[in-house]
Amino acid sequence: MEWLMFVPLAAMALITATLVIVLRNPVYCALSLVGTFFALSGIYLLLQAQFIAVIQVIVYAGAIMVLFLFVVMLLDLGHERPLWLQRDRPRLLIGVGAVVLLLLELVIPVGSWTARVPQGSSTSELMGGVGNTQLVGRLLFTEFLVPFEITSVILLIAIIGAMVLARR
Amino acid sequence: MPEGAFFVIMVTKIVVVFGLMLLSVSYLTWLERKVIGDIQVRLGPMRVGPHGLLQPIADAIKLLFKEEIVPQAADRTLYLLAPAIALVPAFISFAVIPFGDQVRFFGQTIDLVITDVNIGLLYVFGVASLGVYGIVLGGWASNNKYALLGGLRSSAQMISYELSLGLSVIGVVMLSQSLSLVEIVGAQTRMWFILLQPVGFLIFLICAVAEVNRAPFDLPEAETELVAGFHVEYSSMKFAMYFMAEYANMITVSAMTTTLFLGGWRGPWLPPVVWFLIKLYLLIFLFIWLRGTLPRFRYDQLMRFGWKVLLPVALANIVVTAVFVALR
Repeated sequence: MEWLMFVPLAAMALITATLVIVLRNPVYCALSLVGTFFALSGIYLLLQAQFIAVIQVIVYAGAIMVLFLFVVMLLDLGHERPLWLQRDRPRLLIGVGAVVLLLLELVIPVGSWTARVPQGSSTSELMGGVGNTQLVGRLLFTEFLVPFEITSVILLIAIIGAMVLARR
Repeated sequence: MPEGAFFVIMVTKIVVVFGLMLLSVSYLTWLERKVIGDIQVRLGPMRVGPHGLLQPIADAIKLLFKEEIVPQAADRTLYLLAPAIALVPAFISFAVIPFGDQVRFFGQTIDLVITDVNIGLLYVFGVASLGVYGIVLGGWASNNKYALLGGLRSSAQMISYELSLGLSVIGVVMLSQSLSLVEIVGAQTRMWFILLQPVGFLIFLICAVAEVNRAPFDLPEAETELVAGFHVEYSSMKFAMYFMAEYANMITVSAMTTTLFLGGWRGPWLPPVVWFLIKLYLLIFLFIWLRGTLPRFRYDQLMRFGWKVLLPVALANIVVTAVFVALR
């Protein structure tokens, strides 16, 4: 049953992610990225992480990508040359090679480890019982309080930085 | 409950809610024209049927048979897709809103909500935040400067007001300790949240009007400046789809206000569903009343109001509520 949902979602994520870099019109690229976010959100749902799934849609699809579209539309970027027609062949090859290596580095260890990695304390059963949101909240304000606060300070600095730059 | 019965009940609920929603959407156009007519000392539609009651049907037939015009320079794919993108979120967000208590029907206990998700509130916000795509893409794909300006205005407006909208309900979430809309209604058994969260209620209502792009926040389609805004180039059924989305959003937003602040379907004597509908339609009436009464904001006023008034007040509301919840 899980596979029935996972395979289409994973395929959708891969296809839309490829379209982001292959399509020529920047508006379509941005929309493909929205599609990727939806597929990811679906995969989070399969992992019983409803909170993250919805936040993914609200923050990325609903806010950040709208701003991206906003900018793309205002700049009227026109059509980019497709990737495979670009002049700089050596650089293109290096780029693709690096990405493939990076992927292999990710895939090989994960593939061989999953069998013997110990289960974390937040299993799907626990989440089903307590509720995903409550669990995330509790962990954020106890175990991960310091990283959480540091993240918020970094975000605050970014906001202040944006204000300062905009005032110039 | 056997699998088959569950399936039948689910499909029935979806079909009934969707059908009623479509019916309400078409008759809201009639209601709006009548109420605005009354405010402006006119009669409104009177010709088709008694008191113009068949007007929505006549309108629907007209819109269906009108010629469809696609501008030559438009981006065809997105131009055709945009109205659908606007319409779908408007309709699916109703899926988690409870419209009545449990009822017994043919020996089965049925919850009067399509599905009770434990993150229902976030689901509604997530879906609502997607509605803006239909407007922005429609404006861009038409390849018309008024449409583009309307689309851009709307994206800026919706993002700005979504923040305050989200913050205004945090008080409710703290009091009910749940994101499930069914449980939020359950937490209002003794007292409606409008009494405990009057500031939150006001902010939510204001932002809700801005979210559905209605007067006095109807800048995306400001007729006097932008002709008709993002849907200038749309005709026939595509035009109608934008309007259906607007009215469906109005219903959803009113239903959310009812659920979060007015005790949902709770009320004495009358059946729960009736109470829900009464509150829903009172809010919709309020929306129409606002449109007939208030002039439109200027764009800079709108932005300043959203960021410099609503957002700080919403944040202060959260702090005050948090103190009270902690002391309780």
